[in-house]
Amino acid sequence: MPIIVVSLGVMITVFLQAYMNGIFNDSIETTAKFSSGHVKVMTEAYKENQSQMPNDYAVMNIKSVINKLNKTYPDMTWTDRIQFGGLLDAPDSMGVTRSQGNVLGMGIHLLGNNDEINRMDLKSKLFAGRFPQKPGEIMVTNELFKKMNLKLGDRVTLISNTMYGDMAMYNFVVCGTIHFGTQVLDKGMVVADIEDIRVALNMEDAAGEVLGFFTGETYDNSRAKELAAGFNQENTNKSDQFSLAMLPMSGISGMDFMIAYSENAQYIIIFIFVFAMSIVLWNAGLVGGLRRYGEFGLRLAIGENKHEIYRSLVGEALLVGLIGSFIGIALGLVFSWLMQHYGIDARSMMKNSNMMLPSVFRSQINTTTYFIGFIPGVLSTVIGASLAGIGVYKRQTANLFKELEG
Amino acid sequence: MLLMSCIALASFAQNYPSGKSILDKVDNNMSAKSRVLTARMEINSARGTRTMESKSWGMGTEKSFTEYLAPAREKGTKMLKLDNQLWIYSPTTDRVIQISGHMLRQSVMGSDMSYEDMMTDRPLLEQYKAEVTGEETVDGRKCWVVNLTAIIADVNYASQKMWVDEERYVPLKVELFAKGGKLLKRITFSDVQRIQNRWYPKSFVYKDMLKDGKGTKMIIEEIQMDVAIPASVFNKGNLK
Repeated sequence: MPIIVVSLGVMITVFLQAYMNGIFNDSIETTAKFSSGHVKVMTEAYKENQSQMPNDYAVMNIKSVINKLNKTYPDMTWTDRIQFGGLLDAPDSMGVTRSQGNVLGMGIHLLGNNDEINRMDLKSKLFAGRFPQKPGEIMVTNELFKKMNLKLGDRVTLISNTMYGDMAMYNFVVCGTIHFGTQVLDKGMVVADIEDIRVALNMEDAAGEVLGFFTGETYDNSRAKELAAGFNQENTNKSDQFSLAMLPMSGISGMDFMIAYSENAQYIIIFIFVFAMSIVLWNAGLVGGLRRYGEFGLRLAIGENKHEIYRSLVGEALLVGLIGSFIGIALGLVFSWLMQHYGIDARSMMKNSNMMLPSVFRSQINTTTYFIGFIPGVLSTVIGASLAGIGVYKRQTANLFKELEG
Repeated sequence: MLLMSCIALASFAQNYPSGKSILDKVDNNMSAKSRVLTARMEINSARGTRTMESKSWGMGTEKSFTEYLAPAREKGTKMLKLDNQLWIYSPTTDRVIQISGHMLRQSVMGSDMSYEDMMTDRPLLEQYKAEVTGEETVDGRKCWVVNLTAIIADVNYASQKMWVDEERYVPLKVELFAKGGKLLKRITFSDVQRIQNRWYPKSFVYKDMLKDGKGTKMIIEEIQMDVAIPASVFNKGNLK
């Protein structure tokens, strides 16, 4: 029974740690894939005014820049993107404006390969219609689609600014709608192929930013910082507003707090749970000790040494804790692995959600997962038994036989 | 001694002409019932210099029609201003879009001028109180310094400062200010020539003082004033 209690407590602890690790890392990865990359390359002037998406400070000769990045950092994947703001104007049959909406836009590689679609998990966010299959097609968020009374196949005009600051106007056909699950994006976002946006905004061979990802790996803050420091030493010139600069994800405004929070918050949450679990197992140890009160009295009465009894009590608790911990860790790892491998598909539940979460929830096993179970499993059980065992020293021999009679 | 100084100062001040009289003479030079001009606009930005060519037709300050002739990307873009409304036609989209609201604050072709700057349709004296406050020299020419303070709420700039050539009554420099006194734009005029019995600056530099850079230079290559312009030019149908 004590082993079962310890095993259950440890199993829950291990699973929770892996689950929290997965959720936090997935949130960071979702943000990285969607907006920040693991690292981001842009011009010095663009970096200073990122929130305004200043395409007049875009990176020029982008093909050559990406080729150089691929050669210098072959263990990373690089992709260029253009972010922009503007108006989407829908005409009536006479060409006169019938509806307009403010939009944030993103030009990404959509035609010819599915890398960005897969990276940003856009398939799960596709609400109606399809992705662009030829130039001149655009996707809008479902909320904007309804607000502007659009239909799939409608012609719309994007009104924005070119890289040179003059007004840009470009026609698109609405081919699909998306739902991100975040109010600020769903209110008015458009997505089109980056080559169309280059033509629309007069950004030939240019892009606002280049995102870099550690190929097949999750974000590593120290590695990203080191990479950025090395790049900036060779490329950045503060007096040249068009020189290139690299930022790690933690260096992008707002992300530093999130990464520090996720690095520490999961441990805080796990600590709280482990503490609570420890109290439960401590209590179990206490109860176990108290339940054996009579047994201890008998052993004292027949001449066993108090220290020996105490040591045996603690030793038994250690054994129970170890066995229970190993079983609990094994069970916890099994469930964690299943969730890591298969995940929980929440797509159907999130169709109308207002939170930008991964569409499949997964846990993530790391080194800590293998050991964290010992804290509640061994430590708490032993402490519980140790405290209960103190009662052994308070037993008075003169009262032992009275208890036996009782 | 103090009284004599005040009297001397007062007499000196009275030698200045009135702000109204100066602006009337400036209007005689700068305004016309109609005008047709071809111009070249050199837009300086962080990316280098771009040059646009355009042809414009105008009736007073209420109506104007501009067609961009070069470069290739901008060729065929047209703008029509009627009173306080502005439309743009883009040949790439074959759409006519009305520019209103916050879009008016956008830059014209990436220049330092905004669409709002083009929308000024009322004489200065209807919007500002003018007062001559001194004399200065600009580019070797003696100028009256005229301060204009807004007398109505609906103005683009709360105040202006104008340096007017004392001999030719042509502005050589204008500074435009926000309500708090912050300098927003500076326009410097040059290449003043005699055209059809009036003095007219054939070149000016428009500088947005909130941006870095050298500003936008407008060079008028050819101008005809008080010519007959068919009414159909200022028709929305002429945009497409």
